[in-house]
Amino acid sequence: MVDVRYDTAFTLYPYEQVQAQCQSQPERHPVVIIGGGPIGMGMALDLGRKGTQVLVLDDHDGVGQGSRAICFARRTLDIADRLGCGPQMLDKGVVWNVGRVFYGESEVFTFNLSPEEGLRNPAFINLQQPYFEKFLVEQIRTEQAKGAPIEIRGCNQLIGVTSHDGYVHLDVDTPDGPYSLEADWLIACDGARSPVRNIMGLDFDGRVFEDNFLIADVKMTAPFPTERWFWFEPPFKNSGQSALLHKQPDDIWRIDFQLGWDIDRKAELEPSKVRERVDAMLGDDVEYELEWTSIYTFQCRRMDKFRHGPVLFAGDSAHQVSPFGARGANSGMHDVDNLAWKLDMVIKGQAQTSLLDTYSQERELGADENIRNSTRATDFITPKSTMSKRFRNAVLELAQHAEFARPLINSGRLSTPCTYHDSPLNGPDELAGSAQVQVGAPCIDVQLGDSYLLNRLDGRFIIMGINVDVPDSLTVNGMTLPCFSLSTLEQPTIELTARYLGDANSAVYLIRPDQHVMGRWKQFDEQQITLTIEKAMGQVAH
Amino acid sequence: MDKSSPMDLNLSPNIVDGDDFYDELLLAHEGLNDEKSQDFNARLILILCNHIGDRRIISQALAAATEHVSSE
Repeated sequence: MVDVRYDTAFTLYPYEQVQAQCQSQPERHPVVIIGGGPIGMGMALDLGRKGTQVLVLDDHDGVGQGSRAICFARRTLDIADRLGCGPQMLDKGVVWNVGRVFYGESEVFTFNLSPEEGLRNPAFINLQQPYFEKFLVEQIRTEQAKGAPIEIRGCNQLIGVTSHDGYVHLDVDTPDGPYSLEADWLIACDGARSPVRNIMGLDFDGRVFEDNFLIADVKMTAPFPTERWFWFEPPFKNSGQSALLHKQPDDIWRIDFQLGWDIDRKAELEPSKVRERVDAMLGDDVEYELEWTSIYTFQCRRMDKFRHGPVLFAGDSAHQVSPFGARGANSGMHDVDNLAWKLDMVIKGQAQTSLLDTYSQERELGADENIRNSTRATDFITPKSTMSKRFRNAVLELAQHAEFARPLINSGRLSTPCTYHDSPLNGPDELAGSAQVQVGAPCIDVQLGDSYLLNRLDGRFIIMGINVDVPDSLTVNGMTLPCFSLSTLEQPTIELTARYLGDANSAVYLIRPDQHVMGRWKQFDEQQITLTIEKAMGQVAH
Repeated sequence: MDKSSPMDLNLSPNIVDGDDFYDELLLAHEGLNDEKSQDFNARLILILCNHIGDRRIISQALAAATEHVSSE
């Protein structure tokens, strides 16, 4: 039988018996993804759009209830745009720019993520996770209608994994009983408690934080501004050590209270008890409904390696962070962005399997960066010693009068994509430095007339010239790379120059399918570009 | 001979009237209970570290203070 672990918000892929369940020989699939959360569905969508056959197994038949991840960063929106569902997210999401930090009654710090010029997407939107997952599945349906080879099987629970030479044997339970499958590649997107990881007996070490946070999502039409409000030592009664108020779509507000370690979880979740805290925060005269409540604890940890032969781990199954900084779901989308094109090329025979080790390397680096940032935020928000708390409060006190202390206030360093410095995929950097975009970093958007640069970086390797002629296309390793050229005379924006040229007069960028810069030169150099790609693909240079 | 470069942490006497400085430091704490004194010290450390700014010097200062703890 398939365990029911949670209630669903939307039923999107009800259980249906398939032929494979009745066959004696297990069916072989090129890629099986375990887990139908945002990372699993994002991965399926990315691979399927490239024409690679992919099967998603989820132990439920839709999207789980509860807002959970609510804060999606620009890079995630850029990835969603590449996958086709960015506009839906932007349309539904709440755009916010201003964050205020309070210490007791006093406002000590304000930040404004005010829009930079020439970017298609805002710095952040707030959107309940179920909507994000729904948009991804709807996009999968759209792509399926166009022929993308994606299959989703609901109520298919993984119960066994055995690695063989070159493939993985899977045992799956369903409402009609168990059956077996085989996969050339298995991607575990099955969350922090990853059954794949547990069945394979793999490590997941890190730091446990002894604290409980209460989430209360409330529905209200009160005129609070669309800002992120964070309190250290909140002045309202029984609100704990810190509190957060942040707006979501549908007039829902996320409220967080830090409750400490020794609490009675059941008692704290009593609606009357939750309402007491919320009333104290919002004021007695504010009317609201409790939409969803939950208590969470968290850990900062990652697997030692994200690739184990034919099994790849992505999202929370591979790494877990505290919620401060919105680095959970966002970093999982960076995993999708990084893995899908690499696996696609390996399956198509365009790259050696060693390319997948660079997924592991690059995303382990990304996970370390996220863990470092979210751990530091956690140490500031929930000081673990008397001295640590003393310094924290000294920073908050000083910040009210002294400018220098304000940047030290850490209520979460919000998610940014990782720059893969020193990645084995990186080629030469002949520009050396003064442009904002670096080799290994994702391209920053630039407005080009009515469109945007990132719209042109569509999931293939691409060559971009600036103030230099490039051919229409270049064939390397059996792939045809589209090339295009921009001119600062025709696009006289400060952004194009600042982001991609710096002091240089011209540049040629080699851009990966995930929009990260792989190498750059001052002039078009076919031999250098070819070598860089062939080296990355693990092919011997001709 | 001083082997350290000018960019290193200065552990040689550097305050012109040391006794006067020391007196002022104690005076700042006068009338504060232990709690308040420790809060004061935390603020003072943050203010001084920001003034120094140079991360290398701050690291050397932290290391010098740590060394003293272990030799006690």
